[in-house]
Amino acid sequence: MNDFSAVPATEPIRPIIRFDNVTKKFGDLTVLDHFDFSVTPGEKVSLIGPSGSGKSTVLRILMTLEPVQEGNIEIDGLNYHEQGGHGPFRASQKHLHEIRSRVGMVFQSFNLFPHMSVLRNVIEAPVAVLGLPRKEAVERALDLLDMVGLAGKRDSFPAQLSGGQQQRVAIARALAMRPRVLLFDEPTSALDPELVGEVLGVIGALAHEHDLTMLLVTHEMRFARDVSDRVCFFDKGRIVEQGPPSEIFSQPQEQRTQEFLRSFVD
Amino acid sequence: MIEGIHWNLSSPLAFALSILPILGLGLIVTIEATLLGFLIALVLGLVLALLRRSRSRFIAWPVGAVIEFLRDTPLLVQLYFLYFVLPKYGILLPAFLTGALALGVQYSAYLSEVYRAGLDAVRRGQIEAAIALNMTRARIYRDIVIPQAIPRIVPALGNYLVSMLKDTPILSVVTVMEMLGLAKIIGDRTFRYLIPLTIVGAIFLVLTMAATAGIRRLERSLPKTGIRMR
Repeated sequence: MNDFSAVPATEPIRPIIRFDNVTKKFGDLTVLDHFDFSVTPGEKVSLIGPSGSGKSTVLRILMTLEPVQEGNIEIDGLNYHEQGGHGPFRASQKHLHEIRSRVGMVFQSFNLFPHMSVLRNVIEAPVAVLGLPRKEAVERALDLLDMVGLAGKRDSFPAQLSGGQQQRVAIARALAMRPRVLLFDEPTSALDPELVGEVLGVIGALAHEHDLTMLLVTHEMRFARDVSDRVCFFDKGRIVEQGPPSEIFSQPQEQRTQEFLRSFVD
Repeated sequence: MIEGIHWNLSSPLAFALSILPILGLGLIVTIEATLLGFLIALVLGLVLALLRRSRSRFIAWPVGAVIEFLRDTPLLVQLYFLYFVLPKYGILLPAFLTGALALGVQYSAYLSEVYRAGLDAVRRGQIEAAIALNMTRARIYRDIVIPQAIPRIVPALGNYLVSMLKDTPILSVVTVMEMLGLAKIIGDRTFRYLIPLTIVGAIFLVLTMAATAGIRRLERSLPKTGIRMR
């Protein structure tokens, strides 16, 4: 008999994101069906699956862009719903700001602010929301733009950039708010094929940041295999199968996963 | 004689030249009333448009009703109301301010619809990106939505500016001595209406053409994507 047997060798790591029995409907259409999901801090998770399977909705819910009908969501120990909260999100504006301060998002269509220079796009929220002095915000912004290889474009406007460049600015803009969790919603789907690589390069480099938790909705299977700790295959509002990329891509167990992955084989 | 200025009836040309200074005084009032009225309409219209977009039905619905009421009742009714009814309740404004206010209030309802269309035209993704950056609602409107809406609404605002300019003669019914009112008095006193009314018409034509040209220039100078922020 081992005296230590009653004590776990390591404390289980508390998840940074938790979905507990979440149901999300658009009218009659159920997008997430009693959905459970959790992510540990620093984990890089790819969500794959056919369109309409609910993967983007998971990100949009986390970003508080969509309310849910049922269930609980937590980020960093913070419940999305407040006790006695009103409105579709059952939370006050203050509470929503508290949640949003932990999450950042990169959109399929970039959504850069077209009337702002590249630099202004990146410093706008740090100055307006975090209250950073402009000088400090500019320094940080230039470091981030340098990281995505666009320091020379600081004074350009989004319309003067290629899609790949716009998406890299959008990544810098999201990082400038220092989120704990960064969500990528099909970040390369709107790009010309020759521009996909530069964006994936930036995201891949970010994946080496140990503190940053990343959720990536993507159709780039090779990339998902390279950067993720875990791959989740979605179908009809549920995770059908999940595991390390080596397992999911090499020996998928479920028939739906096998069919889906086969459609990606060249 | 009006305002200390005499007219000269010796010839049509002499008459026209002699009443120009009088009509010039009226022109100043016309322009002042238009500018003040439009300023009121620009500010109040934006407030109405934003309130109507409120998530609270208890705000959005009554504001919508007020906008409909202002749009669907004649300007003259609203002007008489402000001029004759408000003093009964202790609100006494000079005739000029009452007139500018009536213009401004009615046009604020029209402009609120222009603003609404402009705000609705800003892509949803812009607001979502701003939410994802944790901006407050007020900040999203101020820095993201309104600067992008402005280039889209300038043409329609310009049309309403010209339209308001042409509505200013209505102020003469509450004793505001703008251009047309003065021309009418000159005609009443000299029994010559052709020349004063023709001059007033010509001045309005020049004013509206100048305003339209100014708006076109402003339109062209604005970037299509929105007011630039560096």
